[in-house]
Amino acid sequence: MARNITYREALNEALTQEMERDESVIVMGEDNAGGEGAPGEHDAWGGVLGVTKGLYHKFPGRVLDTPISESAFIGAAIGAATAGMRPVAELMFVDFMGVCFDQIYNQAAKFRYMFGGKAVTPVVIRTMYGAGLRAAAQHSQCLYPLFTHIPGLKVVLPATPYDAKGMLIQAIRDNDPVIFFEHKALYDTAGPVPEESYTVPFGEANVVREGGDVTIVTLGRMVHTSLDAAAQLAASGVECEVVDLRTTSPLDEDTVLESVEGTGRVVVVDEAHPRCSIATDISALIAQKAFGALQAPIEMVNAPHTPVPFSSALEDCYIPDAQRVVNAVKTVTGWTR
Amino acid sequence: MTDTLERKTLTREQLLDAYRTMRTIREFEERVHREFATGEIPGFVHLYAGEEASAAGVCLNLDDRDTIASTHRGHGHCIAKGVDVGEMMAEIYGRRTGSCHGKGGSMHIADLSKGMLGANGIVGGGPPLICGTALAAKIKGTGGVSVAFFGDGGSNQGTTLESMNLACVWNLPAVFIAENNGYAESTASAWSVASDNIADRAAGFGMPGVIVDGFDFFATYEAAREAIARARQGGGPTLIEMKFTRYFGHFEGDQQTYRADEVAHARAELDCLERFAARVTETAELSRADLDALDAEIGAEIDKAVDDAKAAPLPTEADLLTDVYVRY
Amino acid sequence: MTDDRIVAVTMPKWGLSMQLGKITDWAVAEGDDVGVGDDLADIETDKIAGTLEAADAGTVRRIIAEVGEDVPVSGTIALIAPAGVSDADLDAAVQEARAVIDAGVPDEAGGEPVVETAEVGGRQVRYVGAGQDGDVVLFVHGYGGDRNSWLFLQAPLAAKYRVYALDLPGHGTSSKDVGDGSVGLLADAVIGVLDAIGADRAHLAGHSLGGAVALSAAARNPARIRSLTLIAPAGFGRDINAGYLRGFADAQTRRELKPVVVQLFADESLVTRQVVDDLLAYKRLDGVDEALHTLLGTLLSPDGETQGIDAAAAVAAIGGAVPVTVVWGTEDRIIPSGQAEAVPGAAVHLLDGAGHMAHLERPAEVQAAIEEAIAAAPPG
Repeated sequence: MARNITYREALNEALTQEMERDESVIVMGEDNAGGEGAPGEHDAWGGVLGVTKGLYHKFPGRVLDTPISESAFIGAAIGAATAGMRPVAELMFVDFMGVCFDQIYNQAAKFRYMFGGKAVTPVVIRTMYGAGLRAAAQHSQCLYPLFTHIPGLKVVLPATPYDAKGMLIQAIRDNDPVIFFEHKALYDTAGPVPEESYTVPFGEANVVREGGDVTIVTLGRMVHTSLDAAAQLAASGVECEVVDLRTTSPLDEDTVLESVEGTGRVVVVDEAHPRCSIATDISALIAQKAFGALQAPIEMVNAPHTPVPFSSALEDCYIPDAQRVVNAVKTVTGWTR
Repeated sequence: MTDTLERKTLTREQLLDAYRTMRTIREFEERVHREFATGEIPGFVHLYAGEEASAAGVCLNLDDRDTIASTHRGHGHCIAKGVDVGEMMAEIYGRRTGSCHGKGGSMHIADLSKGMLGANGIVGGGPPLICGTALAAKIKGTGGVSVAFFGDGGSNQGTTLESMNLACVWNLPAVFIAENNGYAESTASAWSVASDNIADRAAGFGMPGVIVDGFDFFATYEAAREAIARARQGGGPTLIEMKFTRYFGHFEGDQQTYRADEVAHARAELDCLERFAARVTETAELSRADLDALDAEIGAEIDKAVDDAKAAPLPTEADLLTDVYVRY
Repeated sequence: MTDDRIVAVTMPKWGLSMQLGKITDWAVAEGDDVGVGDDLADIETDKIAGTLEAADAGTVRRIIAEVGEDVPVSGTIALIAPAGVSDADLDAAVQEARAVIDAGVPDEAGGEPVVETAEVGGRQVRYVGAGQDGDVVLFVHGYGGDRNSWLFLQAPLAAKYRVYALDLPGHGTSSKDVGDGSVGLLADAVIGVLDAIGADRAHLAGHSLGGAVALSAAARNPARIRSLTLIAPAGFGRDINAGYLRGFADAQTRRELKPVVVQLFADESLVTRQVVDDLLAYKRLDGVDEALHTLLGTLLSPDGETQGIDAAAAVAAIGGAVPVTVVWGTEDRIIPSGQAEAVPGAAVHLLDGAGHMAHLERPAEVQAAIEEAIAAAPPG
């Protein structure tokens, strides 16, 4: 039975159901329970934004708090994965990747290939990304393009509670390292989610809105921004097709190209910085493989190439909003040679 | 330094095993040294000759439940943990028949079926992984122990220090082996390690620290035995510092102008194989004939490994895209 | 209505939980004459798309609901009236109707019907019921379907009967474990639901695999079943579209599933993106893949091409004690409609031009056939 729950609850449910089903699933990270070694309550936090709350008591010994040593515990999760566990480690903010990236991109990502196919590394690294909470430059980045660039990593960004649960279950069951991106501004959003366990495959983009005039390719929180823009545009008769990539690696090229063949006009909306982003990656893909279908140059909507500013006034300018998407759509629909 | 006088009695089988391991490593490395000079081996190799007693002394205390992680100087650890010598040589030559089908090379030889988590091209890459395998062993109750080998260079890497702390905080069945061969690349450990000994750092993490003459098999074996038993029984990690020297350069091709003549001295006076042989023949635990027989057998094995490797097929373009999902 | 010759065309209730419908296309314009059964408009809900047919003949004088706007169930969307009715009267009626549409749906209007659970053989079998009085009618869906298959029939029939629809094991929100996948096991679920409802006697209506299941349930205890309505049932011949069955079970993506699912219908436009997405979400639930593949072993013979179910034994066990009605679309691409002749002693309704999902494509006629079957059943 599907009922409305939040993105956060959907993640918690995915973890609970998988930990019930499979003993080898363990959770680790900073304050994933909270209160370790302290005189007060255990499971005091359940994760800094509450995603893992309740698991500590439900699964004794399988939810491990860690010292603040990302390279040690992310590496430990990876090592444990090679030894038959299915760890779900939390890199609290993706901004912290710098202190543990080696373990992710030189170790986990490469074991399967480097060891001639003789290693499996079924680790999931959950991490928060994105601006909007005034958390400033070092707690608000996207950075998924950096991970997408690394062969051997799967990079997934669910935009809805339904996708969050299904994709986290899929990630846990996947035998490759999966970097699981959760936008901090989506935790409280709600949507229909089946009570039962289910999976959403990787490498399958989702056409969340059909339309014949413009293709909007997007991901993560920007899916909602794009849908807002599409609703506005529909009022003036422009029908947008919104394609949620869901996973940047593996990438569903076919759905993107199919949509472009149908509309001939493309806007790519990506919260990451403009250089070497998913927007540039998708644009190159389309320009190379669907050039003949294009009726106008591809428009990209990105955050600016600056660190994320703190002040509300500035952060609101920084994050791409529906108006910018509307403007981009108008540019491609109004373009003439 | 621990004294070698107080030693547990090793059986004849164990002594033969120890000698076999060390001699295999020595012959393997010496041979690779010679072959590399011909230009036929691609990339980099980092040779373990001189350090055999560490790998042998530690791994003789381990079994298939146990995991080790190694460094870029990993051939010795691989051999001591039971990785197939022929497959190793083929891997170094980049052949399809290699341990990693030619995709890893010298620095990434691994065999997870033998608990060998791999040589590692990243200094300090191993210790966090070992925390993971130790965690897995603890949760699954296998009784397995995980051993992280790292060098004096690696001992300064943040990942290593974090791992030692984490292993102590989580009370993991782990052992940390700092192989101090005097140099991190061309930089002396006497300079780069701030404390007098790497083992002194153990106190900072709340675990025992032990200093061992790395040229003495019996000393390395004994120190490892105690630490591994402690870990297996739930007593937590230990840091063991092996002090010795490497006979070759950081990598093959290193002119080693930063060194004096310590290698000649070590080969002549300190060599682990010479000392082992002298000791076991003196006590008549093994005979010279036993050792000679092993020498001959191993010599032939290495010869065969090299011949086979040179004759083995290279991977093809089709192999390029296997073992990682590819959609592009 | 100021003039009682004005006939209101209203938004139908398709499914017990439907609250809103949206016109996606008008088939008629103001001034057109329509006869009973003519297409009036294509309508989409969050569960299904369908075509509204005229229940009355006359001239379409006003089109009220616009394409793309949400209209509450029972809201007036058009007016049919003879030429003599004044514009003033029509406009007043339009104004009234618009007020209802613009007001939208009140928060506690209708709401979801309560889903009950029966424990049968260690499995949870879910079902919904509606209607207060009259005979018990239990609907049994087909392979890969669920209780929502009966969307177009539930609400209208609930006005006269106590109408129930269950999710078979492996389907909908029931337990996904189908055990050996036999018709008998599925029939246990049907009987279990009848027990849970407390129905001593009931009418059964089953589609496709559900038809065979209903038959098997009746064979278990013919005295309990007052009538059987079988819509394109399995078990009455050798031929079956094995490719469709395998394709449905094996499809992993929308691209793979859509060309399979369209074979169920004569009118392929009924297969909207939402329909495919919902099926895909169902197929991705834990246990469904296994269930669907196990059931293939029941639906197909070992040769993998012909029907595995043979209704003969069940028919013999019933021995004519239960009246049987068969409904079949002549354009059925899954099980050929010619097999209707093999159902002994049945009242047969062939629906010209309908596909395998007659209850979705031609609900009015299927409803009529069911009501006829119920009315014709011996009292008791």
